[in-house]
Amino acid sequence: MKRIVAKEEFCLGCRLCEIHCLVQHSQSKQIIKVFRSERGTIVPGCHVEQSGLVSFAIQCRHCDEAPCIEACMTGAMHRDPDTGAVLCDQDKCVGCWMCIMVCPVGAILRGSAKQVASKCDLCLGRDTPACVANCPNEALRYEECDT
Amino acid sequence: MKSATPKAPYAIIGNSVAAVGGVTGIREVDSDTPITLVAREPHHTYSRPLISYLLGGKVDEGRMPYRPSDFYDKNHVRPLLGVEVLRVDTDARRLEMSNGTSLAFDKLLIAVGGRPIVPPDMTGTDAQGVFTFTTWDDARNIKAYVEKNAVREAVVVGGGLIGLKSVEALVELGIRATVVELADRILSITFDRTASDLATKSLRKAGVEVRCNNTVSEIKRQDGRVTGVVLRDGTEVPCSLVILAVGVVPDTRIVQGSAIQTDRGILVDDHLRTSVAGIYAAGDVAQAADLLDGSKCPIPIFPNAYRQGLVAGHNMAGEEKTYEGGLAMNAVDICGLPTISVGITTPTGDEYEVLSLLDEKAPAYKKIVLKHDRIVGAIFIGPIDRAGIVTGLIKQRVNVSGFKDVLLTEDFGLISLPTEYRKHVVSGTGIAI
Repeated sequence: MKRIVAKEEFCLGCRLCEIHCLVQHSQSKQIIKVFRSERGTIVPGCHVEQSGLVSFAIQCRHCDEAPCIEACMTGAMHRDPDTGAVLCDQDKCVGCWMCIMVCPVGAILRGSAKQVASKCDLCLGRDTPACVANCPNEALRYEECDT
Repeated sequence: MKSATPKAPYAIIGNSVAAVGGVTGIREVDSDTPITLVAREPHHTYSRPLISYLLGGKVDEGRMPYRPSDFYDKNHVRPLLGVEVLRVDTDARRLEMSNGTSLAFDKLLIAVGGRPIVPPDMTGTDAQGVFTFTTWDDARNIKAYVEKNAVREAVVVGGGLIGLKSVEALVELGIRATVVELADRILSITFDRTASDLATKSLRKAGVEVRCNNTVSEIKRQDGRVTGVVLRDGTEVPCSLVILAVGVVPDTRIVQGSAIQTDRGILVDDHLRTSVAGIYAAGDVAQAADLLDGSKCPIPIFPNAYRQGLVAGHNMAGEEKTYEGGLAMNAVDICGLPTISVGITTPTGDEYEVLSLLDEKAPAYKKIVLKHDRIVGAIFIGPIDRAGIVTGLIKQRVNVSGFKDVLLTEDFGLISLPTEYRKHVVSGTGIAI
């Protein structure tokens, strides 16, 4: 399947990926409106880690053997049969945080109200995820690869 | 006993997480050979840990299913629900069942789980209003009893995970709950003292009374119904509901007297095979190796059960897969306080090194236990985000000597890890990052 791959040697640490992830998952889909009225209501599925000159963006790896799916006690965490993406059904999630306990990349966060899990959904419905499409230096790529 | 059905190529006993893991494991290898699944409970596979959420009214019955309603159909599973397996006949290789029929099998997965302990030395456990709490029906029965008898006060025996989740549900229902714990602190198996104290504070803040170093010696009744309990120290606590949550043991009854070897649970090897060829066990009934020290012990937790079922399923279908070993871990929210505990949290011995950071006010607590520069345990209370990175380091036995000093820092993340390990976790070797 296609996965998002980070190239740390190209990452500027600009965090535009986080911002565009938020916009993509917002109600309004408009950057200024998100800033004005939706800030704090959504958590990005992608975040930038930085230390000195090194930085990279990390999001769910959509693992072939996903520990979060195995540990999810409600069945909320599941694999989309068509795309292979690991998705969280937020209507089923009760916020037990088993997924946070087992995700080896730390890609699952508590949603804004700390009630349900929030993670990258590969921007289902878009050809290229928003973080990749808006990365100014091609530090994020969307390519076919196995884990 | 008549044999009503043809031989099952795959039979599974049980219908919870390990059984679902088993179905999934078989189907990852073998897409269509039929699976027969026999389970005592009549329900479609449901999420067992959700029973406390159901009791507390946080979820409704519609949210109980663990897998979609077409799960059996899609996976070519013939479910025999509401049918109890009475005995596994290892010589004739068949199951004797409560409906008077038997089922011959080729490959078998035993995933019947555990059963709750009713303390034998406690008098009055047969009174109305005394419940154990491990099934959907338990939640329904408790809820019905609470409504019918307008329960206002309850006693929960046992300060472990089941006990505390049931307390949380009772609090949601506006019931005044008292937890009685035999040990000197709650969650004594998974937490250290500091973490137990923080959890106790969270419970007391929610109005729960916590009594440790104590237990219920007698349950009092009037007209058959619970009216209160007498504690070991003589204190009487009035209540009209008692939940027994002192623990769960592997339910090995159906293999007693068979050729399948048991200890505390059904003994399995690293392929989840029992001592009888073609028969596997997974989940709370199984006793498999521990990841950290290799000793065989039952670790009755959700992720291990699924993993064991999955691995067993692969092996049953003929594709070899090895179980890495179980790691004790729990993520549980205690009356609004998120907690995660993994591995050895209360080490004893000179070979261990402990790093910890506590902010009692927040509250926030992070503890990491190391042995020979490898993490073997951790506790996170409050800020739990990204705890899984540490779990990953435990599982992969990564030497952390090079970045030990940043393990407790707020911005600890993948960037703190050695490049090679980071590459391995993030995208598989050979790919940048």
